[in-house]
Amino acid sequence: MSEIKDTRPALPPLPDDVRSAITELRRHYPTEEALLLPALHFAQKHWGGWLPEEAILGVADELNLAPAKVFGVITFYDLFHQSPVGRHRVRVCTNLSCALRGGNEILEAVKKHLNVAENEVSADGRCSVVGFECLGACEQAPMMMVDDDYHPHLTPDSASRILEELD
Amino acid sequence: MAFEAVLLRRSSGATALEVPVGLKEYRADGGYEGLEKALSVGPEEVIEEVKASGLRGRGGAGFPAAVKWSFIPKSDNKPKYLVCNADESEPGTFKDRLLIETDPHQLIEGCAICCYAVGAHTCYIYIRGEYVRQAEILETAIRQAYDAGVLGDSVLKSGFKLDMRVHRGAGAYICGEETGMLESLEGRRGQPRVKPPFPAIVGAFGAPTVINNVETLCNVPHIMTRGADWFSEIGTDERNTGPKLYCISGHVERPGVYEFPIGVTLNGLLEAAGGVLGGRPLKAFIPGGASAPILSAEQSHVPMDFDSLAKAGSMLGSAAVVVMDDTTCLVRAVYRLAKFFAHESCGQCTPCREGTNWSQMVLGRIESGNGRPEDPELLLRMTGNMSGTALCALSDACVGPVRSLVQNFRPEIEEHITSGRCPLPYRSVFGKTAGTGH
Repeated sequence: MSEIKDTRPALPPLPDDVRSAITELRRHYPTEEALLLPALHFAQKHWGGWLPEEAILGVADELNLAPAKVFGVITFYDLFHQSPVGRHRVRVCTNLSCALRGGNEILEAVKKHLNVAENEVSADGRCSVVGFECLGACEQAPMMMVDDDYHPHLTPDSASRILEELD
Repeated sequence: MAFEAVLLRRSSGATALEVPVGLKEYRADGGYEGLEKALSVGPEEVIEEVKASGLRGRGGAGFPAAVKWSFIPKSDNKPKYLVCNADESEPGTFKDRLLIETDPHQLIEGCAICCYAVGAHTCYIYIRGEYVRQAEILETAIRQAYDAGVLGDSVLKSGFKLDMRVHRGAGAYICGEETGMLESLEGRRGQPRVKPPFPAIVGAFGAPTVINNVETLCNVPHIMTRGADWFSEIGTDERNTGPKLYCISGHVERPGVYEFPIGVTLNGLLEAAGGVLGGRPLKAFIPGGASAPILSAEQSHVPMDFDSLAKAGSMLGSAAVVVMDDTTCLVRAVYRLAKFFAHESCGQCTPCREGTNWSQMVLGRIESGNGRPEDPELLLRMTGNMSGTALCALSDACVGPVRSLVQNFRPEIEEHITSGRCPLPYRSVFGKTAGTGH
């Protein structure tokens, strides 16, 4: 049987910061596959909050995994994105404890302030927003997460002000 | 005598991100003495002590922690793991976040003692992806512990080797299910495994694995230093022992984490938290997170421990108490929870994948005024088919609130159906359209 030739164009190498972060972790895990979630987090950070195809294929190649498997993992998790996001990601909790204290009003106010629908990027590329499941901060209800930080006890006005202050 | 905080003794109980207790401060307060004690008495004694304390898992299932540990094979030549479950995602729950934010070394010590007891040389703390700052706090504390010789090649100069790592999830409730968590740790979609084999035999990377919740492990250092007898004196009875963190949120004056001997009543908890928001009457409450059946105000005298709540038809779960006042539409509340479960179902098992979506759809049509007279019975029949028919507990988790809505609050559903609209004063807080799922 003749060998099947891979005719796909060669991938650009993974950026050094991503690759070295992955390399650093290797000694902590018994399998390459276990590095996948950390690797996707590194890659997503490098690519500004989402995973273009180049990133996904690069990670698959680095860890010697089938691209289909990596795509499957990405689609399973809410924090990985396959399409561009805003420079700042806004996640507004709408689960019960926040909803009881106005979480949905915060989401509406944020959407209105940015003039976007959920999962849309604002015209200036600054923000994208999504209503999210419980973020584990119900004592701060209603609350939202902007990038990596939690913002507690919001009102529609204070939520808008927080967005105003982003670069 | 007032109860003296155990798990929160070093934190003010404040809820915003604060400066965590550092290693020096922790040691000055007797920290890592539990680990020293464990290393001096040997693994068997540690397991016996924790067993005698009666400590049951604080993550939701309430399984005796040390019994889990004792399932790990004793052979020394195979790798073994501890995976600490910090994937706190049960709606209403935020206690583990607070434990990590305020006192990370308490968790590290608990993990180290457990690893020593079962002979695991690697510990992964699997933390939900949204807890970015909390993962950083843990990583800093772990680095301090390595530098001080608490972790690493020889834990406190005992010759016991221990590697500890924070592993971040990426946003999936199902990864809090122990085998879903193992799949995720291994780099896959977090779809729960068929059990048996149980993780104690075939767990992470095919090796024997203990999986314990953050709060469970945080209890362990205290059991080692103060003894099983002290621990088992706290609580309702010998099956419900120790201090417990209760998360109270929703319509309450001072939402937050409160530490009580296990078995405080809702009335007791509400008193500490300033009562129902605005002094309104209580209508209903969830005692143990989104998965727990909803109880009515008449049950606010029930001790919130594992067995008393089970007897009352609900469960302690993660002790996430959600308070709802008299203006709350329970159909809308449960619709929101069903929507959550439908979103989080991993899709492997038909009863769960279909049942969670149907629950959302039927509750949505009732709330939006399109309910049918047969809907309450439909919900009961459906949830009957969802119960005990899936690989993991997510399907049953959705059954909890949905079934309790029909069983405990049926007149409210029927009023929705007969009047063709939501009879409660409209509170925009739930969003404008409940939708029909289509």
